[in-house]
Amino acid sequence: MSDAPAQLKVLVLVKHVPDAQFDRHLAGESPRLDRQESILSELDEYAVEAALQLIEAHGGAKAGHEVTVLTMGPDAASNAVKKSLQMGATQGLHLNDAALAGSDAAATSLALAAAIRATGDYHLILTGMSSTDGETSLVPSQLAERLGLPQLTLVSSLEVDGAEVRAQRDADGQTQHLRASLPALVSVTDQFDEPRYPNFKGIMGAKKKKTTALTVADIGLTPDQVGTAGSLAVAVSAEERPARQGGTVITDQGDAGVKLADFLADQKLL
Amino acid sequence: MSTTLVYVDARSLSADGLGKAEHELLTVAGQREGDVVVALSAPHDAAADLGRYGATTVVVPSADTAAAPAAGPAAFVAAVARDAAADVVLLTNSLESKEIAARLGVKLTAGVITDVVAVEGDVFTKSVLAGAYTTRSTTGPHLAIVTLKANSVEPGATGERSAEVRTLEAPDPGPAAIIERTEVKPASGRPGLTDARVVVSGGRGLDGNFGPIEDLADALGAAVGASRAATDAGWIDHSYQVGQTGQTVSPQLYIAAGISGAVQHKAGMQTAQTIVAINNDPDAPIFEIADLGIVGDLTEVLPQATEEIKKRKG
Repeated sequence: MSDAPAQLKVLVLVKHVPDAQFDRHLAGESPRLDRQESILSELDEYAVEAALQLIEAHGGAKAGHEVTVLTMGPDAASNAVKKSLQMGATQGLHLNDAALAGSDAAATSLALAAAIRATGDYHLILTGMSSTDGETSLVPSQLAERLGLPQLTLVSSLEVDGAEVRAQRDADGQTQHLRASLPALVSVTDQFDEPRYPNFKGIMGAKKKKTTALTVADIGLTPDQVGTAGSLAVAVSAEERPARQGGTVITDQGDAGVKLADFLADQKLL
Repeated sequence: MSTTLVYVDARSLSADGLGKAEHELLTVAGQREGDVVVALSAPHDAAADLGRYGATTVVVPSADTAAAPAAGPAAFVAAVARDAAADVVLLTNSLESKEIAARLGVKLTAGVITDVVAVEGDVFTKSVLAGAYTTRSTTGPHLAIVTLKANSVEPGATGERSAEVRTLEAPDPGPAAIIERTEVKPASGRPGLTDARVVVSGGRGLDGNFGPIEDLADALGAAVGASRAATDAGWIDHSYQVGQTGQTVSPQLYIAAGISGAVQHKAGMQTAQTIVAINNDPDAPIFEIADLGIVGDLTEVLPQATEEIKKRKG
């Protein structure tokens, strides 16, 4: 087995998404998501936590290991980077360009792959299991395909051992123990350890950390390759689903189980 | 002549026939004009039997593609899609299928649309933002890669026809992870969560005891599900979790017992046709979306319902 990298470089993708606790809206002719009330995607916090634990297991930032976070999105998306830096990430990258608006998974993964190639050689690319807005979970596999990396997706634990990554994947009713050579792409589920809260030291320390802004030109792409122009799947209409009407609510008087059976029989569900 | 390509994981094909979600794919494919070609993930003795479900041709790889997770099947399906000049590629909505679909999108410069519930020509309907919106999407002039949610169509009748079976060399999948070992979760004998017509789910209100949920599920021939609170508490395995970070289900009937109805849970189940909620908290948000809500004690309501259903089913 070859040796572990002397300085482990980990890149984490983080996304700024509308808070799912509030109503979310689509608007416009080619419908897009209204991005007000946005936060760092809860699922990406697990990926940041995984990256931090990984470098800590090898001596941490003091030993020269780095966790870089990359986000793609408008100005407000810098909040996702900021929160990650407060948690303990080393530095931030913010791909911010009007041409990126309306990107589908294909255009998003194209832009992220270009940004990754343009900014460094990373041993590991970590992502959350899915975004909490688009919810397609396509981007991790598309990045692996574009970057020519082995993919270890939906993992609940991982470790770097020499020049290999080992991970446990839980999906579709089975558990797989996977390994791959570095560099590799890993997506992390919410079964990973709980993400840490930024502490006071982390919040103060984040102010001194650097975030680099990137445009589409900086990563070697042209505006027509990304955004709506570069997207291959397009929503042509969006209809707000009529809110589900709550039906009858009854309070158990000792016969609710029978009433439930009656209801199912009426609905022809028995 | 148009061609619809369907990806079928060989593990869903057995002596008993084809898995329900895959049967639905072939039903949708059969409703389209032209040929129906199946790309099977591995060589299989029953490959020709897929003709019973409407496949005209089944293309099998020279070796099992599953050794390279996602990359192996994707490389093979891309080769079949090019070979057959497919107009649309259909896959199930499992986590693994979505990853194969994602990679196919890059390999074939195709638009990928996941969680689809209806196919009309080249317009694909799905629900987004936890079921708050229904969108119709297209891939314009590009090939469409579509993952179809289970229970989206009524599986079609089966016939006696045999499909032509052809073998195509499995291409090099490129860099891929190695599977050191796989532990398959013991089968419960119940239907699978994602394709079950009826799901009975339990949450925090169960206080750790899934027995009454399992009994009701068995009386209804249903799958068992759980909220994140129940899986995080360790009362039931994570694979049973319904919600944004678990399984997404669209059954005919969803019974939520002791589940408050947090946004993340609703995201995974609110496209169910009929929802029944049982909770001792009259203010639980789940009641806002339930067709029938019962405020009561689970330990009394569930066993009574189970007994009553068993009695009526005889």
